[in-house]
Amino acid sequence: MKKFTNSGNIDTRSGFGAGMDELGKTHEDVVALCADLTGSLKLNDFAKNHPERFFQTGIAEANMIGMAAGMTIGGKIPYATSFANFATGRVYDQIRQSVAYSGKNVKICASHAGLTLGEDGATHQILEDLGLMKMLPGMTVINPCDFNQTKAATIAIADHDGPVYLRFGRPSVPNFTEADGKFEIGKALHLVEGSDVTILATGHLVWHALEAAEALEEKGISAEVINIHTIKPLDDEAILNSIKKTRCVVTCEEHNYLGGLGESVSGLLAKNDPVYQEFVATNDTFGESGTPAQLMEKYGLNTKSIVEAVNRVLAKK
Amino acid sequence: MPNTKQLEDFVSQVRRDIVRQVHQVSSGHPGGSLGCTEFFVALYQEVMKRKEGFDMDGKDEDLFFLSNGHISPVFYSVLARSGYFPVEELNTFRKIDSRLQGHPTTHEGLPGIRIASGSLGQGMSVALGAAQTKKLNGDDSLVYSLHGDGELQEGQNWEAILYAAGNKVDNLIATIDLNGQQIDGSTDDVLNMGSVRAKFEAFGWDVLDVEKGNDIEAIIAGLNEAKSRTGKGKPVCILLHTIMGHGVDFMMNGHAWHGKAPNDEQLEKALAQNPETLGDY
Repeated sequence: MKKFTNSGNIDTRSGFGAGMDELGKTHEDVVALCADLTGSLKLNDFAKNHPERFFQTGIAEANMIGMAAGMTIGGKIPYATSFANFATGRVYDQIRQSVAYSGKNVKICASHAGLTLGEDGATHQILEDLGLMKMLPGMTVINPCDFNQTKAATIAIADHDGPVYLRFGRPSVPNFTEADGKFEIGKALHLVEGSDVTILATGHLVWHALEAAEALEEKGISAEVINIHTIKPLDDEAILNSIKKTRCVVTCEEHNYLGGLGESVSGLLAKNDPVYQEFVATNDTFGESGTPAQLMEKYGLNTKSIVEAVNRVLAKK
Repeated sequence: MPNTKQLEDFVSQVRRDIVRQVHQVSSGHPGGSLGCTEFFVALYQEVMKRKEGFDMDGKDEDLFFLSNGHISPVFYSVLARSGYFPVEELNTFRKIDSRLQGHPTTHEGLPGIRIASGSLGQGMSVALGAAQTKKLNGDDSLVYSLHGDGELQEGQNWEAILYAAGNKVDNLIATIDLNGQQIDGSTDDVLNMGSVRAKFEAFGWDVLDVEKGNDIEAIIAGLNEAKSRTGKGKPVCILLHTIMGHGVDFMMNGHAWHGKAPNDEQLEKALAQNPETLGDY
């Protein structure tokens, strides 16, 4: 199978910061809003280089989202940033009415999503954000897998007219996609060709899916790995074409199985081509404190969990 | 510029539009709409710098945001009669397939509306954002907003009020409709807010009262005074003392008509108190 090289571990939020640096130079209408988390969102350089386009709202996310909606009136492209919990759940109604229903061109960019923010624990580890955001009509939902892809997605969404939720994280993870690659919203990426099982992964789980495919290959199992960086709109065609070949699927995400990628895939398959599916996701639970690796192990979100899920789904096939 | 008589005629027609819209579908919010009629007429017919037609960006013209979206009947009537869409469309208020939703929205593309409102407490943040964009664009026109007094109970307002003063957003004039009423009763009974003026001042705003909030000349004078205070490093707040239900005697002096429609007989009484001037839709 095709091998991917990790060019060095780095956090996806730094990919966001790098993307913002570039947008600062290339898109003069891009403005950034931040609710007292400039360093955590890697916005220090943008704030330093473009102080007139950087808006510090203080610890007041609801006002930040409303301001971002208002700033679009007159042509700005606001990037409203915070931790994923405070950028979605805390401000759901502000996003719903002032951004989504009002059709405003706001980019909600959220770091520290999922379990892998680690020791801060469940108050900060949102596992419901993809569901919250994908249920909003007109909202595009993107969950890139590494530094390079996060940077590319950050840049690409500036040219998409409409609200976007961009989700990334805190831990250092392998960086393996192409540097300065083009990011196409809604276009799934075939990473590995296979014939026995389809593994659909998003965010941090994509690298684990690649590792799982390698381990499975050693056991004679041919896994197809697809990077679903865009949860909405889902690349129906890529998924259905793969399922046509493999006849079973494992979905992988750092998110509750309710409301996430897996559920979107289930809906697509139930309507078009029902096959057995296994979910690598959290099981309707909150997280807790721990290191990212400990948490991913305890909650079943790592390479080993994907291999086990593949074995389960193959047994049913 | 229209003279006072013309503005008062405009007000009378808008009051008719309000009660007729609400009566036709037996739903909607006449009380706050009637109380703010003079304010809307003053703003759109006299005070705001407006361009012909409508585009969302509204560059080089004043912008208005309605935060307490439930008083949509007065907003729709004044927008229609100010040329944003056909007056006949008021007939579609709250009906299926209409651009005139129960609460205002951009979603159906109604000219004149720049944000959805209805879920309370969000409009000041939106107005602030639009005001910041005007500054970035070097656009020296102003941003106006209107908020209910009960609406100030929503916490997001105070985030926005804090931000606006801390960041010297001085191209914003936020008006509070101080009618002292909300759904469950008087604001004093539901949640006593003490002095709204003292609160805004403590947060660093420049505050002025318009005591006669249903007197068109007094409102115009107040708005012009507020305009003269912009650009001086502080956001400006107008406390507009209105009477809920003003202009329809049996709807005044209480909260009963916040969100209640008149029956046929009540409609006739209300219309008799507000003569047709510009022509009913």
